[in-house]
Amino acid sequence: MSTRDKGSKQAPSKKTSAKAQAVKTLPEIIRPYGDTTGDGMVQVSFTLPIPHDKRAEGAALQLAAKMGLKPALLVHAKAMGSDFTFFIVYGRVSHLVDLREVVVIEREFALLSAKDVNAAIKARLRRKLVVVGACIGTDAHTVGIDAILNIKGFAGEKGLEYYTEIKVVNCGAQVLVPELVARARAEKADAVLVSQVVTQKDAHIHNTMTMSAAFREAYPAGKVPLLIVGGPRFEQGSAHALGVNRIFGKGTTPGEVASYLVHAIGAGQAGQSLP
Amino acid sequence: MSTKPKLELDPAVIRKARSLARRAGAPVVKLARTHTTVSVERAVLRLAGLAGADHEGVPWVNHLVDAVRDEVGLEQGVTTPVFDALGRGEAPDLLTLAQKSAAGSVSFHLPQGRDLSRAHSSALRAVKPGMARIDRNRVTRDRLIKRHGNPKQRPWIYLIVATGDIYEDIPQAQTAAREGADVIAVIRSTGQSLLDFVPEGATREGYAGTYATQENFALMRAALDEVSKELGRYIRLVNYASGLCMPEIATLAGLERLDMMLNDSMYGILFRDINPIRTFVDQRFSRQIHARAGIIINTGEDNYLTTADAVDAAHTVTVSQLMNEYFAKEAGLEDWQLGLGHAFEINPEIPDSFRMELAQALLARQLFPQAPLKWMPPTKHMTGDVFRGYLLDGFFNLVGAMTGQDILLVGMMTEAVVTPFLSDRDLALQNVRYVLNAAGGLSEDFHPPGDGFIQTRARRVLSEAVDLLEKIVNDKGQPGSVPLLQAISDGTFGLMKRPADAGKGLDGVVKCAPGYDNPASTLLEAGRGR
Repeated sequence: MSTRDKGSKQAPSKKTSAKAQAVKTLPEIIRPYGDTTGDGMVQVSFTLPIPHDKRAEGAALQLAAKMGLKPALLVHAKAMGSDFTFFIVYGRVSHLVDLREVVVIEREFALLSAKDVNAAIKARLRRKLVVVGACIGTDAHTVGIDAILNIKGFAGEKGLEYYTEIKVVNCGAQVLVPELVARARAEKADAVLVSQVVTQKDAHIHNTMTMSAAFREAYPAGKVPLLIVGGPRFEQGSAHALGVNRIFGKGTTPGEVASYLVHAIGAGQAGQSLP
Repeated sequence: MSTKPKLELDPAVIRKARSLARRAGAPVVKLARTHTTVSVERAVLRLAGLAGADHEGVPWVNHLVDAVRDEVGLEQGVTTPVFDALGRGEAPDLLTLAQKSAAGSVSFHLPQGRDLSRAHSSALRAVKPGMARIDRNRVTRDRLIKRHGNPKQRPWIYLIVATGDIYEDIPQAQTAAREGADVIAVIRSTGQSLLDFVPEGATREGYAGTYATQENFALMRAALDEVSKELGRYIRLVNYASGLCMPEIATLAGLERLDMMLNDSMYGILFRDINPIRTFVDQRFSRQIHARAGIIINTGEDNYLTTADAVDAAHTVTVSQLMNEYFAKEAGLEDWQLGLGHAFEINPEIPDSFRMELAQALLARQLFPQAPLKWMPPTKHMTGDVFRGYLLDGFFNLVGAMTGQDILLVGMMTEAVVTPFLSDRDLALQNVRYVLNAAGGLSEDFHPPGDGFIQTRARRVLSEAVDLLEKIVNDKGQPGSVPLLQAISDGTFGLMKRPADAGKGLDGVVKCAPGYDNPASTLLEAGRGR
């Protein structure tokens, strides 16, 4: 996954870096490669919800044609129970790929392995990074915060507890803002993670703004810990308006959060007790 | 299994491992016997027939336990003040009493003398029908197995369904059984393990899984009974007795004839940050229920390997199996009920990974010859390359066939990619069938040499396990501390430090007073050794 964000911001090929050009000039138009340049061959598999017979095979070929596979070769069809059929189709796609139109959205930080995260924290802080997490407001759904913090983790990645250089304090659900601020101060938190999963009437926005205001009030300017919110309903790009450093959306993994933390402490965004 | 053992293990080392496990576990059992939890008390009320929830979904058992706790505490158990209140005519039945207690219009007392013994005996009378239903379910299961039959092959094929909607799960589970699954697990909604109540009714939305509720259990069991009859093979149903409501979910499983339950001795502590004492108290009660209900438990050693390195941490799996065995047997479970877990999680990039997998699987087989071992597929090294994943699952199946595993959780090539497509499941079952058909008998021919790589590796893992157990037993903190709890708080397992005075659910732990009474425990302890 770490290779994904290495592409340049927008990819107009004219502006590719000199280094990349020196290595190899890519053509602007390409097709899939089966065994010969330009053959356009691909392989797909899918299931149709009908019994396996001649008509089902015709249906599979029709779908392949609509997907742009011409000619399409039905290499495998197998009944799965009495109501479904599984197909494997090979074929030549008629589509062309225009590399000039490929847009790569870059993450502002690099994804690091757990080992690299630990090493970076050790090098930069020479102590553990302290993260305090909570669900605030009436939200009792700790699914999000637990996915990020608990060692069990999410999507095959271990949570922040797994990182030897991160100290995690998980306050759980329905934590009051003053309690959260007090805990963050007591623990000398470098970062505060707040999750808002279930929300009505924009409660997630009000809760977040109350939280960020409380932190700004309780800490001297420039010393506020990193404030991070996560949840499926936050709008990307609204971090500034909410008074937080970063928003994470649905599907965020612990590794992304850890990598962001390293990036942020490197950039000196977190005020308190950072070098 | 009847043939001569494949590994030359020193019986003295095995004996030592078991005796260390007993020494590490015994003080924890003592702790479990002298404490109760809100969930244990709620489970007792469920056995006494209290079910349902208020209009906000808060179960009546939670209302009643909370009300009693607020007024007189739980140190004597919940049933004594509850049945005293019923005896005094505060309400005609448990449900009405719970409803009145939620409104704050019941006063609870701790009865004395004759009132006390009357409360004890009516409490005992009240939980008997619940216990009898669990007993009847066990008889029914035995009868259905006799009628429909067990799977023809070993290992049994274990498949997972998880849509979030019980009415979607049912046809999927029936289809899976028709395709060859012998055991169906309904994965729970993410986060249910941290709810301190059991949701009610048939549920249609969950996150990456379906809520475990009594009604969902009943619906799924009925659907699988139907398909068992159709297929002439008893299809087993699995759910999860873990998290904060372990005792209640175990009870519901017994009441609705589930057949297997995931139930690990330390999973909740290490991976869910649930308080250690809460976990051990809840676990002992839930395992007593499972023992009574004839349920096979599945332990969660696979989790150790997804966190730590499967080569370096191999011995922690063995230690956990030994601890799970000790706690299970102490709670009354028999060998045939111990679905001890282990997993194929060694990095396939390292040389000899397959040989090390064979060594570990043989070691488990030989240490626990009578236990129905649960063999779990690769997850950590499934990369999204589904083709490579399919090959890895094939090798996983081969280890299962060669080492006589009993319950095989079918690996999906789309692990860590998507929730499995219908076709992924079909391909996965073809993979299992091919391997069992082609190599199922290989165990007969496969005898690794005594001084070879596999035997040497197995002996090394066992001796590391003994070393770790020794370290645990000798982990002395303050005087009077429990070494295993000390080891858990020192981060000995899975790198996690879990102190005994922290973690979720701690406020639900209560130390029993001398007069503590729990009629369910009375029946469970009396019914041991059945």
